[in-house]
Amino acid sequence: MAEQTEKINVTIDGKTIAVDPGTTILNAARMIGGDVVPPAMCYYSSLKGSGGKCRTCLVEVSKGSEKDPRPMPKLVASCSTSVMDGMEVKNKTSERVNDARHGVVEFLLINHPLDCPICDQAGECHLQDLAFEHGLEKTRYEFKRRTFDKIDIGEYIKLHMTRCILCYRCVYTADQLTNQREHGVMKRGDAAEISTYIQNALDNDFIGNVIDVCPVGALTDKTFRFRSRVWYTKPMDAHRDCQKCSGKAVAWMIGDEIARITARKDQFGEVKEFICNECRFDKKEKTDWVIEGPRHIDRHSVISANKYEDPIPEHTPLLNKA
Amino acid sequence: MARKLLLENAHIEGINTYDVYRKNGGYRSVEKALKSMSPEDVVEEVKKSGLRGRGGAGFPTGMKWSFIAKPDGVPRHLLCNADESEPGTFKDRYLMEKIPHLLIEGMIVSSFALGANHSYIYIRGEYMYVLRILEKAIAEAYANGWLGKNILGSGFDLDLSVSPGAGAYICGEETALIESLEGKRGNPRMKPPFPAVKGLWQRPTVVNNVETIAAVVPIVNEGGDEYAKIGIGRSTGTKLISAGGNINRPGVYEIEMNITVEEFIYSDTYCGGIKNGKKLKACVPGGSSVPILPHYLVCKTAAGQDRLMTYESLADGGFATGSMLGSGGFIVYDEDQCIVRNTWNFTRFYHHESCGQCSPCREGTGWMEKVLHRLEYGHGKMEDIDLLWDIQRKIEGNTICPLGDAAAWPVAAAIRHFREEFEWHVNEPKACMERNYGLVAEKTFEPATA
Repeated sequence: MAEQTEKINVTIDGKTIAVDPGTTILNAARMIGGDVVPPAMCYYSSLKGSGGKCRTCLVEVSKGSEKDPRPMPKLVASCSTSVMDGMEVKNKTSERVNDARHGVVEFLLINHPLDCPICDQAGECHLQDLAFEHGLEKTRYEFKRRTFDKIDIGEYIKLHMTRCILCYRCVYTADQLTNQREHGVMKRGDAAEISTYIQNALDNDFIGNVIDVCPVGALTDKTFRFRSRVWYTKPMDAHRDCQKCSGKAVAWMIGDEIARITARKDQFGEVKEFICNECRFDKKEKTDWVIEGPRHIDRHSVISANKYEDPIPEHTPLLNKA
Repeated sequence: MARKLLLENAHIEGINTYDVYRKNGGYRSVEKALKSMSPEDVVEEVKKSGLRGRGGAGFPTGMKWSFIAKPDGVPRHLLCNADESEPGTFKDRYLMEKIPHLLIEGMIVSSFALGANHSYIYIRGEYMYVLRILEKAIAEAYANGWLGKNILGSGFDLDLSVSPGAGAYICGEETALIESLEGKRGNPRMKPPFPAVKGLWQRPTVVNNVETIAAVVPIVNEGGDEYAKIGIGRSTGTKLISAGGNINRPGVYEIEMNITVEEFIYSDTYCGGIKNGKKLKACVPGGSSVPILPHYLVCKTAAGQDRLMTYESLADGGFATGSMLGSGGFIVYDEDQCIVRNTWNFTRFYHHESCGQCSPCREGTGWMEKVLHRLEYGHGKMEDIDLLWDIQRKIEGNTICPLGDAAAWPVAAAIRHFREEFEWHVNEPKACMERNYGLVAEKTFEPATA
């Protein structure tokens, strides 16, 4: 047993950390924290099988391990590559990685509608953050973008496929949180779309979580759509007694009113405790909840800044440049 | 006359039936393997033969077989990849259509070597009539005791099933093939774990091409050392080449891997020269995914040596001046063919066949197709050429499976060797609609001064 708990060392961008064997590079980087963490658009630690698809988390392995120090020839997806003892990884310090990541962001954006001004996700959108950090100022794509019709999937959820980046997170969520496989991916290539079978409704007590796992504005909460920009709302930790879920959520307030309820996301934008539909969609009165206090949203977006005059210090040079 | 190992009996009337096949020495390798050899012996013979995967990557088969995990009590599987969908490649279809029993014989011996008791042939959906041929042959093999329980009293059981795909190129990628066989959407899996550890139904699995499995039969019959005598260097044995394009005699040829490309194109035994007495412009030697070679690099390598039909010689010079043997889809272009149009056509294929799982391939292939379409139809801009180069560079190596690479390489090679033709399409938009660029000004190879 002693051997199993023995830690192995991995160095990412010059910072070394000891982790358990089997940890992925991405998770090791998250343990170190700060700017060595590669961005991840499709990986979701609580969803089995997720990751590897978006290719934004590509890193360069400049030294395979202590035993076999050869570098890996290709860039690897850090979310699905396990660390080896003595492995050296380059994330932001690698030209190749930055170049590839530029490419991936460009690919993700060529068919994205860039309708942020009318998108409900704006302000808490991972793609926005990613494009802000790694994107180009100008598109090189001069063709018609792919569009789809908006679909209502169920009473509370709107699917706007045009914005989707096919991260498959919602597919895994629906698959793993619910009993029957209700929705998946149809067609292939750039015609692929997330869909339910013949536009069936998604009907399950926990299906609202697909909204939270969506990194972009493809799945939105119909009870909140177009009510407010997220940065005008105040996130508050709140809880209630719930038979179905933990009841721990975030209430996004406008003045004294609750505009919407979401699950609590960690600093990497991941939900650790999924909440039920009842909490999310039906309990919109302040009396339903015990408000604990303001919640710090640890993301780069404008919500955490909450006002434009005081952006995060590390991004000030970027803003001044623009 | 070159030796043939696989297609030796292909011309015999009725060789697709069991009786004729058996009369011509069929199933000898099964008798030999099951009665006088252990599974390890068979693997050893295959290792000695130096046989390399015939599906495209050219990975040594014996080594692949020795990687298979053998945990106790977990069944293992052998899958035959008959999802031959690479544009320009049609060798497996020919083999299965003519001598289906050769594949079945190879499957029995290979399954015995790997300890697999249920093997599958995954065949592409478009080959439905070939599937009928195989099913008939399998029924005959069962009826004559070559499949089923306790084959030849050796205690070895084997069931063999054929399973059709639904027409997706991506299902020829081994992990996508496994997904598809499991009844799921054919998306490639992340590696590791490799199929040799966790493949079909999470069990150790080996996936081999039709031709690779068929080649096991002569290896077992004549011994690995004998097989290794054919060919040059690490390219041993014979290879099926499906020749197409502007040649006098298109078709499937079995070659010993020691003849020159020049002989293959111009000899009357094989392609019989360029059709209508035209000149050679370019050649794709291994199926649409591999880099295209301009005429001055087809028959000679950059170093001035004769180029041979081998894995090493065709790859000589890397991607700068070489290509790959790939799956053996040999496409020849005469002076009248438009490289831009050809590249557009290939890219259109990869755009259509991308599974859409990972972003660079999903978005990049479509983008390249649109840009190439614009160039081909006279609306291109000079920046488009650099744009294409940049897109392919950002797809290559950054995807889960090799489809991204396969989409990027033809574009890269076309720009590398035929940039003038792309520029001509931009400069002469009217002319490019009416006539073709022709030969690249009789160019000869000039080594780059670094």
